[in-house]
Amino acid sequence: MISAERSQSQSPRSPAAAGAPFLTISVTDPVKMGTGVQSYISYRVITKTNLPEFEGQEKIVIRRYSDFEWLHDRLAEKYKGIFIPPLPEKNAVEKFRFSKEFIEMRCQALDLFVNRIASHPELKQTEDFRIFLQADEEKMDRARSYETGIFKKPSDFLQMFKDVQSKVSDVVLGKEKPVEESTPEYEKLKNYIFELENHLAEAQKQAFRLVKRHRELGQSLADFGKAIKLLGACEGDSLEKVFSEVGSKSEMLSVKLQREADNLLFHFEEPLKDYVRSVQSIKATMVDRANAFRQHFDLDQERKYKELNLEKLKFMNPEKFSETEVEFRELKADSEEATKRFEHIVAVMEEELARFQEQKTADIGLAFHEFAKGQAKLAKDIADAWRSVLPKLEACSTS
Amino acid sequence: MMSSTALPELAAGDGDGYMTLSLAAATTASEYASVASTFDPLLSASPASPPTHAAFSLSPASSSFVDPPSYADVAASSSPHYASGSSSASPRSTRAAGSEYAFIAVSDPAPEAEPAATSLVPGSTPTYISYLVTSVRRGEQRRHAVRRRFRDFVTLADRLAEAFRGHFVPPRPDKNTVESQVMQRDEFVAQRRAALERYLCRLSEHPAIGPSDELRIFLQAEGKMPLPSSTDVASRMLDGAARLPRQLLGEETVSAPHDVVQPAKGGRDLLRIFKELKQSLVSDWAGVKPPVVEEDMEFLEKKQKLQDWEQQLTSASQQAEALVKAQQDMGETMGTLGLALIKLTKFETEEAMYGSQRIRAADSKRIATAAVKASRACRDLNTQTVKYLDTLHEHLGIMLSVHTAFNDRASALLTVQTLMSDLASLQSRIEKLEAAASKIFGGDRSRLRKVEELRETIRATEDAKCSALREYERIKENNRSELRRLDRERKVEMLEMLKGYVKSQAVYAEKIVEGWEIVEEETSGYARRADNLAW
Repeated sequence: MISAERSQSQSPRSPAAAGAPFLTISVTDPVKMGTGVQSYISYRVITKTNLPEFEGQEKIVIRRYSDFEWLHDRLAEKYKGIFIPPLPEKNAVEKFRFSKEFIEMRCQALDLFVNRIASHPELKQTEDFRIFLQADEEKMDRARSYETGIFKKPSDFLQMFKDVQSKVSDVVLGKEKPVEESTPEYEKLKNYIFELENHLAEAQKQAFRLVKRHRELGQSLADFGKAIKLLGACEGDSLEKVFSEVGSKSEMLSVKLQREADNLLFHFEEPLKDYVRSVQSIKATMVDRANAFRQHFDLDQERKYKELNLEKLKFMNPEKFSETEVEFRELKADSEEATKRFEHIVAVMEEELARFQEQKTADIGLAFHEFAKGQAKLAKDIADAWRSVLPKLEACSTS
Repeated sequence: MMSSTALPELAAGDGDGYMTLSLAAATTASEYASVASTFDPLLSASPASPPTHAAFSLSPASSSFVDPPSYADVAASSSPHYASGSSSASPRSTRAAGSEYAFIAVSDPAPEAEPAATSLVPGSTPTYISYLVTSVRRGEQRRHAVRRRFRDFVTLADRLAEAFRGHFVPPRPDKNTVESQVMQRDEFVAQRRAALERYLCRLSEHPAIGPSDELRIFLQAEGKMPLPSSTDVASRMLDGAARLPRQLLGEETVSAPHDVVQPAKGGRDLLRIFKELKQSLVSDWAGVKPPVVEEDMEFLEKKQKLQDWEQQLTSASQQAEALVKAQQDMGETMGTLGLALIKLTKFETEEAMYGSQRIRAADSKRIATAAVKASRACRDLNTQTVKYLDTLHEHLGIMLSVHTAFNDRASALLTVQTLMSDLASLQSRIEKLEAAASKIFGGDRSRLRKVEELRETIRATEDAKCSALREYERIKENNRSELRRLDRERKVEMLEMLKGYVKSQAVYAEKIVEGWEIVEEETSGYARRADNLAW
C-alpha cells in the first residue's frame, strides 16, 4: 500500500488533552481501475475525526481525480478571495500516465490538497468538504456530474446577462477599456506574484533536470563498473580481484544515485512545483478580485448615473419617479452588494497572503532541508565506498 | 611528475634549462584546480605542457570551465583548492623517469610561407604552421631549439616505422581529423601542438627509440629537417617501373640483399610487390587463416589475449567518456540550479514585504551557495577524472602500435616465404633445363649457359633469404621484448589509473559532504516542525 509520506508522519498522535478536536485525513492506496481508454486511478480517502459535524470516528471513501477537481472548483466558486489549495496537473502524457512515479506523486499531491483544506479555518468547515469526505460513491458521482454537466444554475445565466449589459453600457458611455484597480500596493503585489512564478518555474525546471542528471550519472557508473570488471578479467591474478571490487562499488553507487534521483523528485522538485501551483492559485484569485472590482465599479457608476436621473425625474415626471425609485433601490442594493463582495475579497486576500508567506516558508524550508540531506548522504555514501576500496588498491602489487 | 611550473617557451639562457623530474605529485592537483577554473585551451601553458602529464583530452565544449561572471558574487566563502592528496602519482611517471630526454616541449606555432610557392591567387602565398621544438637531453646541459612543421613529424614517424620494425612505435598525431574541419583554426592548432608534444615525449620514453639517432637528429639538427622524406608508394612505384621490363623479359636482376629485406611495399621492387600480393592471396584462399603461417604458439596465444584486452579496453574507454560527460552535466546543472536560486533570493530580498520572505530568502541563499560549491567541486573532480581515465585512451593508442609491430612481423615472414618459393621455382627450372640439356648429345650450349645464370640467381636469392630470415628473427625478438615491457607497464599503469580515480572521487565527495551537512543542520528546524505538525 503506497501511502503519501506526509500522512505517515501525521498519523494521529493521541491529542494532549482528551477530547481535543482533531481531523486527520490521508489519501492513499492508488489503484488502477478499468481498462484501456476508460481506465483511471482511484484513491482511498480515510478520515479520522472527533468533530461533531462528521459522521463517526472514521470514514473511508473511494475517490477519483475528478472528485478532487469537483471539490476544488466548488470551493473556488464560493469562496472568492481565498487561495484554494492547488491540484496536481490534470493531464499527463499518455505513456507517463500510469507510471509508478507519476501515480505516487499525484497521490502525494492530492493528500497535500485535502490536508491543506482541512487546516484552513474557513474551508474546513464547508459543506462541500464534508460531502467530499463522507458521501458514498453514488452520491459523489451524482454531485460531480451535476456540476460539470450541462446543468447550469439559473444564477449563472443572470450573471452572464449582466456582464453583457455592462459591456454594452461601457461602449455606450464611451468607456471601452476594462477598468482595473490600481493602487500602488496592489500593483506591487501583482508584479511580485507574476515575477515570483517565473523564478520558481526556472528553479523547478533546473531541479527536474538535476533529477535526470542523477539518473544519467547512475547509468554511466553502472556501465563503467561492468567495463572495469571485464578489463580486470583480462589481466587475471591480483589485478582482476581488485578491479572487480572497484567495478562492484561502481555498480553499488549507481543504485544509490537512482535512489537519490527518486528522493530529489519527491522531496525537492515536487515541492517546488507545488509552490508554482500555489502561486498560480493566487493568480486565479487575482482574476476573481479583478472581476469583483469591475462589477463593483460598474454598478457604482451606474448607480451614480441613475441617481442623477432620479433627481431630475422627481421634478419632471412624478409618476415615473416612484417606479424608477424602486428600480433604483434595487440597483443600489446590488451595487452595495458588489462593493461588499469586492471589499471582502480584498480583506480575505490580506489574511491569505500572510498565511501563504508563512506556509511557503515552512514548505520550502523543508524541501531545502531534504535536498541538503539527500545530497549529503549521497556524497557520504560515495566517499565511504571509494575509501573502502582504496587500501586494497594501494596494497595491490603488480609483480 | 614535473614539480616546476615554468612555461615551456622560456627564452632564458641555458642555466635554468635543466628541469628535474620528481615523482612527487603534491602540486598537481592544485595546478589542475586553479587551472580548471580558468582553463583556456588557447593558452600555451595548458596542463598538458609539463611533458610527463598524461594526455588531457577535454573537449572544446569544456571551455565552460571559465565561470560565468555571476558566480563571482555568489560564493560566500570561496572554496580552497582541494589540493592535498587528491591525486597519486601519474600512471606515466614511472615511464617518464627513464625518459631519454629530460625535457621536450612544442610551442610557438607560427605561420611561414611555403618556399618556391606558386600561388594560384595573386597576392596570397600559401603558408604552413611551424612549431618551436625545444629539448634537453638527460645528462646534458645544452638546450636545443629547432623549428619543425607537421610534415617533418610525419617524416620522423615514417623513418621510425622503418627503423624499428617489430617495436611498439608510438603512433603519431593524425593528419586530418573530421573535427579539424569543424574547429576554429586557433583551436585546431592548439590541439595539434599539445598532441605533437605528447608524441615526442612518448618517443623519448621508449627504451629503444628514445636514444635513437633519428629522434636526436629531429630534435637537435638546426635548420631544415635533414632526415630524407619518405617517398610515397606512387613515386616508389614509378622508380620500380624502370626495372620492371627487364624482369618481365626474364633477365633477372639481382636485388641487393638489403633491398630485399625491406618489405616489397616499402621498397622499389615492383615485381616483388606483385609476387607477395599473390602469395598472400594464395594463403588467404587456403582458408580463413592469417595470410602467413605463424608457428610460434606462444605468440599466437599472446596475440589472442591482446585482442581480448583491446576489446575490453575499447569498451571501457567508451564508458569512461560517457562517465566524464555525465559528471560534467551534473556539475553544470547543479550550478545552473544554484544560479536560479540566487536569482530567487535576490528577488525575494528586494521585494520583501513580510518577515517570512526574508527568512525564505536566507534559506534559498544557503542552498544556492551550497549548490554552487558542489558544482565547482564536481567540475574540479571531473578534471581529475579525465586525467586518470585518459590512461585508457593512451593504451588504445599503444594497441595501434602493437598492430603495426605485428604487421611488421607478418610481412617479414611473408618476405621470407616468398623468397623460399622463389628458390623452389628457380631450382625446378634448373632441373628442367638440365634434364632437357642432357638429352642433346654434347650438351646444349645455350641451355647450359642459362643454367649457370640461374645458379647465380639462386646464390643471390639464397643470400637474400638469409637476410630476410635474420630480419624476421630480429623483428620477432623485438616483438617479444616489447610484449614483456607492455605487460609490465600495462599492469602498473592500469593500477595507477584506478588508484588515482578512486582517490580523487573519495576526496571530492568528502568535500561535498561538508558543504551539504552544514545546510542540512541549518535547515533542520523545518524538519522538526514538520514532524510535530498535526495537519
